[in-house]
Amino acid sequence: MRSRFHQGLDELRARLLRMGGLAEQAVDRACQAYKERDLTRCHLVLEGESQINQAEREIDEFAFDLLAMQQPMAVDLRFILAVTKINSDLERVGDQAVNIAERVMDLVELPKADLPVDIPRMAAAVSAMVRRALESFIEGKAELAQAVLEMDNVVDRMKDDAFITLVKTMNEQPVITRQALDALLVARNLERVADHATNIAEDVIFWVRGADVRHNVEPEEQTQPVQQQAAEPH
Amino acid sequence: MGVGIQVEKLNAWFGKTQALYDIDMTIAANHATAIIGPSGCGKSTFVRCLNRMHETVPEARAAGRVRIGELDVYNGTSAVSIRRRIGMVFQKPNPFPTMSIFDNVAAGLKLNGFHDRKRLAGIVEQSLQLSALWEEVKDSMHKKSGASLSGGQQQRLCIARALAVEPEVLLMDEPCSALDPISTGKIEELIFHLKERFTIVIVTHNMQQASRVAEFTGFFLLGRMIEFDKTEKIFTTPSDKRTEDYITGRFG
Repeated sequence: MRSRFHQGLDELRARLLRMGGLAEQAVDRACQAYKERDLTRCHLVLEGESQINQAEREIDEFAFDLLAMQQPMAVDLRFILAVTKINSDLERVGDQAVNIAERVMDLVELPKADLPVDIPRMAAAVSAMVRRALESFIEGKAELAQAVLEMDNVVDRMKDDAFITLVKTMNEQPVITRQALDALLVARNLERVADHATNIAEDVIFWVRGADVRHNVEPEEQTQPVQQQAAEPH
Repeated sequence: MGVGIQVEKLNAWFGKTQALYDIDMTIAANHATAIIGPSGCGKSTFVRCLNRMHETVPEARAAGRVRIGELDVYNGTSAVSIRRRIGMVFQKPNPFPTMSIFDNVAAGLKLNGFHDRKRLAGIVEQSLQLSALWEEVKDSMHKKSGASLSGGQQQRLCIARALAVEPEVLLMDEPCSALDPISTGKIEELIFHLKERFTIVIVTHNMQQASRVAEFTGFFLLGRMIEFDKTEKIFTTPSDKRTEDYITGRFG
């Protein structure tokens, strides 16, 4: 029989997955809106933000109750701490989607400009990172999370390239400076989403392995137990 | 000051039933070490082997090596002299009901032939101070019996009684299991301060208590020590899955 506590952990996991679905959908909608200059999708992203904020509060409250009432330990404690941090990252992913939607709403007001950057390609890479980070959480697999960390460098390079290209465009074609600036801000927003996906992956590794891999610091060599008798019980 | 305890290949039996298997453990001086594990895992048997209380049970025996400081517990030292250096506090407070509070604390010293009244009074006061009971009983300790105190006070009285003979090690076998949260908090605070002078080994079913009071924790299962490490490691990232399953309530 599952204990009430473990049922609570399952419920927390389910709530975070719903939250992850909302944040992922917001990013996809914002990116699609950029690609198609679609105001309808922009409005959907803006309207969806309150739902994400509400979900964040409810998950935090639920996690807080579990911490206070059940005094979890070891993997359960790590899981709840990871959920609260992932929850915060997902809310910020939602914020970045709103920022992108707002840039798109500005762009739609301007004449269409042919910019020499492939934002949809960057958006596809970022969406894949968010999706895989959430998959690593669903599966509880640190290897999947590790793959997300490696993707972050690719997105960082895409953003750097976009910055260089767009600044050059602004210098050479001042007439489309606003469009280039909007695209540049979208690239920055996408790069931030990738950072949040990276944070989520790091939290999954912390939950599964108990290792802190943040800030590119390799976890210290597993400290040897003070003394351990690992004999099989009879 | 407390002394370290070195346990090597400790085995214990009740008749033909083996209760402990080859326990090796190094217990640090002036620290608290918690022993956790499900009922019947051998944790109480383990601490009772440290001061040879185990052998007081008919047909019970132990083998292996236990060194407490320079003292070899199972080789040529009398059980009485060992127990003088190792105090023990039990699950249920057990003050001598017919004795006053003062006499309860002085009992161990008197049994050892210590009758200097002035020095006795000094040691009793010091022991009651150490057990954080002095302020509550100083005006009534000659009149009131130990049994008249509350459960939490009785347990602190038992701790004072154990401390009066100036042990180097204090063994505590679930000392708070019969106490309310306030009394439990006082005992835990007491353990924190007592570590400065004594080496403490505490058996507890309460894992939160182990995490609050002990620097090191050993997890026992079916008579074996599965894992022994710093407490923070045991309760956040244990190395053995059986430890993790136990402390997260997946069995036990």
